Amino acid sequence: MQEIAGAGQYPTHHPSVPTQFAPGDRVRVRATAPLGHIRTPFYIRGHVGMIERYCGAYPNPEELAQMRDGLPAQPLYRVRFLQCEVWPDYAGRPEDTIDIEIFQHWLERLDEGLAA
Amino acid sequence: MAKMDPDRVRPDALIARGHHDMGGLPAGRVEPSEHDYAQWERRVDALMVLLSGVKGGAPRLTVDELRKNIEAIGPEAYEKMGYYERWVTSITQTMIQRGIVTTDELGRKMEQVRARQDVACKK
Amino acid sequence: MSSPQDLGNYQALTYFQLMEVSLRELLVEKGVVTEDAVNATVEDMRRRGPETGARVVARAWVDAEFKRQLLDNGTRACEALGIDVPALRLVVIENTPQVHNVIVCTLCSCYPRMLLGLPPEWYKSRNYRSRVVHEARVVLEEFGLRIPDATAIHVHDSTADMRYMVLPMRPAGTEGWDEARLASIVTRDSMIGVAVPNL
Repeated sequence: MQEIAGAGQYPTHHPSVPTQFAPGDRVRVRATAPLGHIRTPFYIRGHVGMIERYCGAYPNPEELAQMRDGLPAQPLYRVRFLQCEVWPDYAGRPEDTIDIEIFQHWLERLDEGLAA
Repeated sequence: MAKMDPDRVRPDALIARGHHDMGGLPAGRVEPSEHDYAQWERRVDALMVLLSGVKGGAPRLTVDELRKNIEAIGPEAYEKMGYYERWVTSITQTMIQRGIVTTDELGRKMEQVRARQDVACKK
Repeated sequence: MSSPQDLGNYQALTYFQLMEVSLRELLVEKGVVTEDAVNATVEDMRRRGPETGARVVARAWVDAEFKRQLLDNGTRACEALGIDVPALRLVVIENTPQVHNVIVCTLCSCYPRMLLGLPPEWYKSRNYRSRVVHEARVVLEEFGLRIPDATAIHVHDSTADMRYMVLPMRPAGTEGWDEARLASIVTRDSMIGVAVPNL
């Protein structure tokens, strides 16, 4: 299967899950609060952003934390969000952004997840 | 799917949101504090570098386990402990989880070191 | 029993210091690490500091091609300057008149240690980690940095495998300066984004 997003800025050599997203794609961070070690900050769950770059595929930190190998590696993206959309009382500029590295399995394409 | 509303998670629901996961929460003024690292703190840092395999040895733990075990410390201890106190606690827990040291070995070694200290103190 | 004045400069180990000594001795006994390796690693980390990052910034200010390379692949650019940065995946973010950047790790304290050395205490504090993501402008003013109203602020939360460094703007009034002089005004805080270089 052709990689959608290319090799990534810092590619690794791990066997990895194919990329689903490319720079410019609009994505939503899944709104769930599971247990374990998680690197998707609580404040960004459920929010919509745009893929800023593909970093490469890395072993899943949620699994590495549990002494497992975290493979296949998960694609990791920098996702850009507008601050005024993230914080209800945001007092900065409308152009202010926050970029966060988020693993692919925490992201869904914007038109997914809507009730039929 | 409804957006996760942090307000829907009760403030005392310390499970859904980890205590370490603090981005966006209210907090006080940032004190631009500097810290002159003590030698024992630098040794803890060095131990982490070595054990994680950055210097080429076989990795004995991952930074992810370090973070997980820091996150497990509990809110009150997390707030009251210093940065490297959390690190040395977490590294030690990880070594026990990995079976590289046992609780019993650690306890006996701590008694031994303490006894040595007491002797040195009395000289 | 010894009296207090017999102790001289002796201080009892705290519980956590006791743990450090005990863990290290056990690991040495088991052949997992050596005392020499621990000491060498301590010294290696002591040698890493913001001055190294300042060299990188100064080079980017005088050499447009190096700057392009730095923004494209920060690690490779550092290595091209002979800087040893094991395990670092560096993303360099450029300040412009339109955009000011600031770095944080809300979840712990991720920082480009191999390039800049150990992070400052405030970077790891609750107050910084909590507030800079949603009120960066106010936090920067607490550091004494006032960002022009027309300039956007981009925050970068270092949540995974990348590590970040801000490439500050070269200040006016530095025309003709050599790299060493330029590096001397690049502070650690300007590479995190809570300050800008001043003459």
